[in-house]
Amino acid sequence: MSEKQSAEPDREEQVPDERHLTWYLRGVRRCFSIPGLVLVSAFVGFAGLAREAGLTLEQTVFMTGIVWALPGQVVLIGAILAGNSLFAAAFAVALSSVRLAPMVVALTPEMRTPKTRKWVLYALSHFVAITSWVLAMESFHKVPRDMRTAFYTGIGTTLVLVNMGVVATVFLVAGRLPVQLTAALLFLTPVYFLTSLWGSARERAGHVAMILGLALGPVFHVLLPGFDLLAAGGVAGGAAYFWHRVRLKRETAG
Amino acid sequence: MTFDALDAWWWPYLFILVAGWLATDSWRYLGVYLGGKMSEESDILVFVRCVATALVAAVIANLIVFPSGTLADSPLALRLGAAIAGFAAYLLARKQILAGIIVAEAFLLVGLYLIG
Repeated sequence: MSEKQSAEPDREEQVPDERHLTWYLRGVRRCFSIPGLVLVSAFVGFAGLAREAGLTLEQTVFMTGIVWALPGQVVLIGAILAGNSLFAAAFAVALSSVRLAPMVVALTPEMRTPKTRKWVLYALSHFVAITSWVLAMESFHKVPRDMRTAFYTGIGTTLVLVNMGVVATVFLVAGRLPVQLTAALLFLTPVYFLTSLWGSARERAGHVAMILGLALGPVFHVLLPGFDLLAAGGVAGGAAYFWHRVRLKRETAG
Repeated sequence: MTFDALDAWWWPYLFILVAGWLATDSWRYLGVYLGGKMSEESDILVFVRCVATALVAAVIANLIVFPSGTLADSPLALRLGAAIAGFAAYLLARKQILAGIIVAEAFLLVGLYLIG
């Protein structure tokens, strides 16, 4: 990462590089925050789960880096524990990861400039998961548009590498916590998302979608096991969007 | 073909690659492909944001109502109370996430130790 002043013939070329590095490092720094800390604790919980399921340290670290979506990873562990076939496991994980597509659809246009190369966007999409998405959506308005890919690279690489290290560490030191503390640890993830999701909503319809999703999630979990997330997301999200349209129409009419 | 079906060292990695990576990154790549054809302000993005938010909200609710591990041994009323108290604290503290987390966790831990 060192800048070799003498090796660069064109000094003007350096300025954009330094800007990229600056914004990359600001992305790195953005991870050292409460959301980053909470994600670390969620991965502490995941490592415990994977260890109980009989996975090795190497397999769990590999899964964390290559999947990088906590709900999908938890579903995959569940499928392994249940002795599911490769196809059934892949289907279950795919169902739990559908939500990543609209998240990427929402994020990508905010990072894109006419000069952005396609492969950069495809590579960066691997880092999209709830925490990095929320961090980016919260911060992008303070980041110059042409620096957003550098900034997001900082967020994504830092979160993935730190949490791969966290998973390995938990495997090595897996001591015995009191049951109350492990329960509190498992409770961190829902509480974090409960608050951060509310704060990251772009429009009022986002709050409506969240409330309806909270209510319908457990209902469809009972009624449509296996399809609960898809059904809750589609119905609650669709209803919130309908509410948004009706409200827009009423505002323009009145 | 389950996770334990083959004794080869590479089989679990192939299993994770297909059932984990392929099943997850396909959606991300589809998102980039679709996102390249839309502008940020487009109305359809309000719709996909609504669906994404509702899906995550459903995951959250299920983690609270149907938890796993040691959290599953706690009473549902305690988990709901802790979540509501945490969310109220978050709103009262002008949307400070940390305030919400501390209040919710304190509520849960006090409840768990009182139950014994």
